[in-house]
Amino acid sequence: MKRTAVALLFFAVLIGLWELAVRSGRWSVVLLPSPIFVGEYIWGALLDGTLVESTWVTLKRLIVGYIAGVLIGLPLGLLTSTSQLLEDTLGALALGFQTLPSVCWVPLALVWFGQTEGAMLFVVIMGTVWSVIIATDHGARNIPPIYARAARTMGSEGFHKWTRVILPASLPFLVSGMKQGWAFAWRSLMAAEIYVTILTGFGLGHLLHYGRELNAMDQVIGIMIVIVVIGLLVDRLLFSPWERFLHRRWGTNVKEA
Amino acid sequence: MEAAPPVLQTRQPKLVVDGVSKWFTSKRNVVQALDRVSLEVAEGEFVCLLGPSGCGKSTLLDIIAGLTKPDEGRVLADGKQIQGPGQQRLVMFQESALFPWLDAFGNVMFGLKLRPDLTNKERRRIAENYLELVGLGKFKHAQVHELSGGMKQRVALARALAPDPQVLLMDEPFAALDAMTRDQLYDDIQRIWMESRKTIVFVTHNVREAVCLGDRIVLMTPSPGRISQIFDIPLPRPRDINSPELASYSSRIAAALKGTRQGEASE
Repeated sequence: MKRTAVALLFFAVLIGLWELAVRSGRWSVVLLPSPIFVGEYIWGALLDGTLVESTWVTLKRLIVGYIAGVLIGLPLGLLTSTSQLLEDTLGALALGFQTLPSVCWVPLALVWFGQTEGAMLFVVIMGTVWSVIIATDHGARNIPPIYARAARTMGSEGFHKWTRVILPASLPFLVSGMKQGWAFAWRSLMAAEIYVTILTGFGLGHLLHYGRELNAMDQVIGIMIVIVVIGLLVDRLLFSPWERFLHRRWGTNVKEA
Repeated sequence: MEAAPPVLQTRQPKLVVDGVSKWFTSKRNVVQALDRVSLEVAEGEFVCLLGPSGCGKSTLLDIIAGLTKPDEGRVLADGKQIQGPGQQRLVMFQESALFPWLDAFGNVMFGLKLRPDLTNKERRRIAENYLELVGLGKFKHAQVHELSGGMKQRVALARALAPDPQVLLMDEPFAALDAMTRDQLYDDIQRIWMESRKTIVFVTHNVREAVCLGDRIVLMTPSPGRISQIFDIPLPRPRDINSPELASYSSRIAAALKGTRQGEASE
């Protein structure tokens, strides 16, 4: 409760300072709109449905692409962890592409898929998959060998071993890898949406882009706030429960408990 | 060397190690870890493999477990050659090797879930019984990191016992524990062994520990690993590790152990 109150107070002060800066008159209200106008824009966009619709379009791309990326990346990562050959080939490829900012895939995606959902999905998957491969590979390789030995003596083999021993044992690496994959996917999708118009759906990035075209800074800042809030929510809803589980089970970060 | 308990003499040995040799190859050289080791273990017998580090005792245990394949020779369990690890021979390791993503109960359940002949209700009941048996009934839902070293090894013991293996293989399970915890565990393991009559092969480098626990002590010498002597320990049970009778056996075996180590640097 106290922590929430402190956080709320912090943001209230921040908005207050922002309003003060606007009222000082040093900057044009076109460049720096008052937080009240931004709030009005968000409220209006919520009421007329544009915000909900765009958020949904964006999240759909993100979720579908992200899940696909994880589903592709997990088995590939497990695979590269089993053989030196795959590590030297596929692993090296993953490492290379992971360092490539995923917005660099956008031009290629447009040529291959046109201005469609397919292009957006491709960009999101490319943002996700390499991080997940590397994290899974790293996690599976760093499992204390004694876990695998103990599991073998108890009769755990094949699929059972992979799902009940290797995967859970590498969870600490997996969660951080999936979090990183999420961050890359989210950034690349926003970049792609700002960069190109997709005919099949109007996402948050497009709203942001058109806000700039129309010189509507209240819209630009409003959408930025929405994007930040979504990022925070995903972190709280998707990753925090996993991290709490890890801390509880592995006994890491005990101070917080 | 002669007096195995009379009841066991007529039966087929539980484990037969028959001329087992093992080499390990590293970049620089080839090391022979075991040289034509042969050993028979009777059903219900408690055998300790004793020797300095590098004598191949853990390797031998791995081979009996089926985790490592011998380069020569073979190991029979109930007259059948061991091809790989199996639930009939469960291993307890020096570190507890408990899975941190499961709680104490979940760890004991792990092996039980791989027994298709049990219902879930039976599995839960068995797991609870074994946690009770090792004195951790109240710690069912404790996380692994919350347990002390001794408690971890108790959970590991419950996990190894729960699927009801015929043979329990223990690889220096108490080496990392403090002396007081160890003494308590010696009592517990003897009590559990006398109740369950499992066949136990116990690897250790601690002479008193071996004398306290073993019916027989198999003394091994390093480079290459060989069996040098076998001692029978006819002391009554339960044995107290601090008793004078036990100490006299220990000093004899320690002397023999010293003899085997002449010519190499002492630890």
